[in-house]
Formats: sequence, structure tokens, C-alpha cells
Amino acid sequence: MLEKMIPVGVVVAMFLLWELAVVAFAMPEFILPPPSKVFAAVWEWRVPILDNAGRTLYTTVVGFGLAIITGLLLGVILGSSGAIYRAVYPVLIGFNSVPKVAVVPILVIWFGIGTVPAIITAFLISFFPIVVNVSTGVATVEPEMLDVLRALGASKRDIILKVGIPRAMPYFFASLKIAITVAFVGSIIAETVASNKGIGHLMTVAASRFEVPLVFAGLLVTAVMGVAMYMVATFFERGMTGWATRGMDGVQAGL
Amino acid sequence: MATPAPLMAMDAPANAPARPFVELDRVALRYPGSHGALALRDLNLRVGKGEFVAIVGPSGCGKSTLMKVVTGLWPASEGAVIVGGHEVSGPLKFVGMAFQNSVQLPWRTTLANVMLPLEIVEPHRRKLRRERKAYEARARELLATVGLAGSESRYPWQLSGGMQQRASLCRALIHQPNLLMLDEPFGALDAFTKEELWGVLQDLYLATRPTVILVTHDLREALYLADRVLVMSNRPGRIVHERHNPDPRPRDLDETFSADFTRIVAELRHHISQARREVSTDA
Repeated sequence: MLEKMIPVGVVVAMFLLWELAVVAFAMPEFILPPPSKVFAAVWEWRVPILDNAGRTLYTTVVGFGLAIITGLLLGVILGSSGAIYRAVYPVLIGFNSVPKVAVVPILVIWFGIGTVPAIITAFLISFFPIVVNVSTGVATVEPEMLDVLRALGASKRDIILKVGIPRAMPYFFASLKIAITVAFVGSIIAETVASNKGIGHLMTVAASRFEVPLVFAGLLVTAVMGVAMYMVATFFERGMTGWATRGMDGVQAGL
Repeated sequence: MATPAPLMAMDAPANAPARPFVELDRVALRYPGSHGALALRDLNLRVGKGEFVAIVGPSGCGKSTLMKVVTGLWPASEGAVIVGGHEVSGPLKFVGMAFQNSVQLPWRTTLANVMLPLEIVEPHRRKLRRERKAYEARARELLATVGLAGSESRYPWQLSGGMQQRASLCRALIHQPNLLMLDEPFGALDAFTKEELWGVLQDLYLATRPTVILVTHDLREALYLADRVLVMSNRPGRIVHERHNPDPRPRDLDETFSADFTRIVAELRHHISQARREVSTDA
């Protein structure tokens, strides 16, 4: 129980330190507002914050959902064929190396201002770690296992379904935790560059009006959404790939 | 070649079948690549139906490669591989295999791991859904014969190394294959567990009499279990010596400590060290 409270304590301590530092160094509010002012701003602007956060959550989750589907499919395809892997991988790395900020204007030209550029940016930035992890899981089936299955007449499809995909699941869930946090990066970048709504848009508008506590309020809300989504991913991971973390469960249960 | 032994002699078994079940004729295998080394050369091997053969030899002599060639996982570069009267041109579809690494699937229970081949090999694959109860009973029975009754719903990581290897043997045998390929299945086990599993394997063999090819480093294991022990040369591997063990089964483990048995083990050992010293003329 005490152990579970420690992370909360760390967060509280961090805010306290921040508050104290602002007071001690007499920071002007428009440079670094104290957390008390940030929380006040969250409360004061709660209606527009909720409205804009809802939009950001929506575009992020849709983009992330598309990334899961594409990432799983592409990961399984790449992982099950060395030839396809070698053929497609350089292109993937190339795509991933393009800064997503640079893509947003193009997306806006194509799709106009709105939800679509944010969804696509969130998707583009978050599907890469999923593809890499899933393909690694599928591709690294033990050679002895392959021999056992092939000498029984197993087809490539059998091997992928019975061994490749189940064994890639821990990799997949590990990648989801990375992917969901970077998905927020993607949608907020898109909203910051060109948008009419969303936390990124709210922060840009607030910054232009020197409402610095509101900018920090936007950051805080984004962080909270990121942590919440991370916890959702962890919840599904525990339920579906418990076999991969059995050692830790045993310790927690005091076995 | 061999000194005559009162207990075991060099001559062919009296009940040798007309056509061997596994037949390798002047097989060579070159590793892939432009100047890939020869792993096997001029390898001749004949294993009768229901015969238990053990293959021993210096490490790196191509024993495991031989397993891949017999099962069709790797095509022979030269020569013919014939199993069950048919030339092998791709992976066989019925072979039970077990390795030193028991490779159980960690998300499956022991029962589900053992039943894996039934989901792949015909005709079981087709019948599994309708006759799951019967197949499950068969798997439980098999697990009980190797001493794993009560462990059916445990996961691989809850089993000891020896228990995992028992489960691995069950998985290799659940579909009642007529060819069983064992690549050092007991290599990673302690001496006591190993000897216990020799008995388990002997019982399993006697129950259905599949054709067995066992690759091992352990000469006592080879001689105790097999009808015939074949010694392979250094790479490129071929068979340079063979030794029959005509003793009736079930064999007693105590026998492996007898003077005669020990003498034959020493003799096999001598042949292997000779094979090790032989510098291969070309590779």
C-alpha cells in the first residue's frame, strides 16, 4: 500500500519544489508560473480546456487506433518474411525520419484545417514503434520451434498464427505504451501548426496573449491524458500477456 | 574393426526388414553460400522400420545437420534421401522432434503444448474440434506415462528442466509418428534425471515402436537405448563405425555399469577420439 503511494508522493514533491523555486528565485509569472497559478488557470478555463482536450483526445485516440491496426498488420507481414522485411524497412525508416511538423502543412493543403491532419499526424508518429516491435516478435521464433512445426507439416500461416503472433504480443503491448505517448505529440504538433481546436491550438492562442499559466495548464492536461492512456495500455497488457511477466507477479503475490 | 564381444556383436539383426524405412545414399550437404563448407559427405545410412538408432561423434561433426537432412528441412546437396519409400523433396509432414531446448510455448499449459501437433498434422487437425475430449484424454494418458499426471494445467515455467523435457517427448509422440528424431534431448539435464528419462524414453519406444534416430554425446545413453550406435567422422561427416546392441528390451539400467557394457562404451569412445584426430582432407 505504501509502495503504491510513492509515485503520488513524487508528483506532489515535484509540484512543491516547483512552487518553492518560483518563490525563491522571484520568477515573473510570464516566464514560469507557479503550479498554484497553473491549477488556478485550469479551474478558471475549465470549460474551454475540457472542450479542447476532448478534441485532442479524440484525434489522438483515432490516430492511435489506426496505428494499432496498421502496425499489427504490417508488423506481422514484415516479421514473417525476411525478403519483405529487407525490402520495406529502409522506406519505413525514411518515413519515420521525416519530421512530422514538416508534414502538417501538406496535410492541411490536402485535407484542410480540422481533425484530419491531427489524426494523420498522430497515426504517422505512433505506428512506427508498433511495426518495429511486432515484426521483431514474429521474426524471432526459436529455430528449434520452427523445426518442430515444419517437420509436422506446418504451413507458414500455421506458424504465424500458432507461434508468431502470440509470441509477439508482449512486444506489441510494450510498443503501445511508447506509441500512445508519442501519439499525443503528433496530434498536438498538428494542432499547434494549423488547427482551429485542440489543446495545441489552445496553447498557441494562450501564448500569443501571454496567458502563460494557461499554456502550462495545457501542458499539464496533456500530461494527465498521456498518463491515463498509458495506464489503459498497461491494463490490457496485464490481462493479455500475463505469461510474459510471471516472475514479477510471483514477487507481488509474495510467492 | 571391432573386437568381438560376447554380449553384443557386429552382425546385422536377424529381423532386418527388406527395405529400410530411412535410407540415405551417398548424401552430401554443403552449407549455403558460394564457398560454403561441406557438413556431410558420402554419408550412407540405413534405418529399419521400428529400429532405434543412435548417432554419436565428435562435436561439430554434422549430427544435427543430419537430422535436418533426414526430415527434409534442408535439401541434400548430393545423393538421395528416402524415407518410407519416397524420396524426400521437402519437409516431411509427420515427424516427431525433440531437442535439448524443449521449446515449450510459454502461453500454453502443458496439456495445450503437448496437443500442439494435433492442431497441425492431418488427419488429427480435421478431427480435433469434434473429438477434442478423446484427444485430450490421449494427451493426459501420455503425460501420465512420463510421470506428468497432475501437471497438465501448469505452464512451462512452472516445470523443472526434466519435466519440460518429458513434456517435449510427449509433444513429439502425441500424434503417434512413425519417425522420431531426437537431438540431444537430455543434453542439459543432470545425471540422475537423465538416467530416469532414458527409462521413460525406452517405455515410450516400446509402447508404439516408432523408428527413432537419436543424436547424443552420451555414449552410455546411446548404447543403452539403441539397437545400433553409429559413429560419425569429423566434418564433413559420414558414418565410420557401427555397433549393434542386440540385448532384449526392456533393458535394465544396472547393465550399463557391467564390465561388458563399459568395455563397449570405451571402444566407442576410442573410435570417436580417432575420428576427432583425423584431419579432414578437404572441406
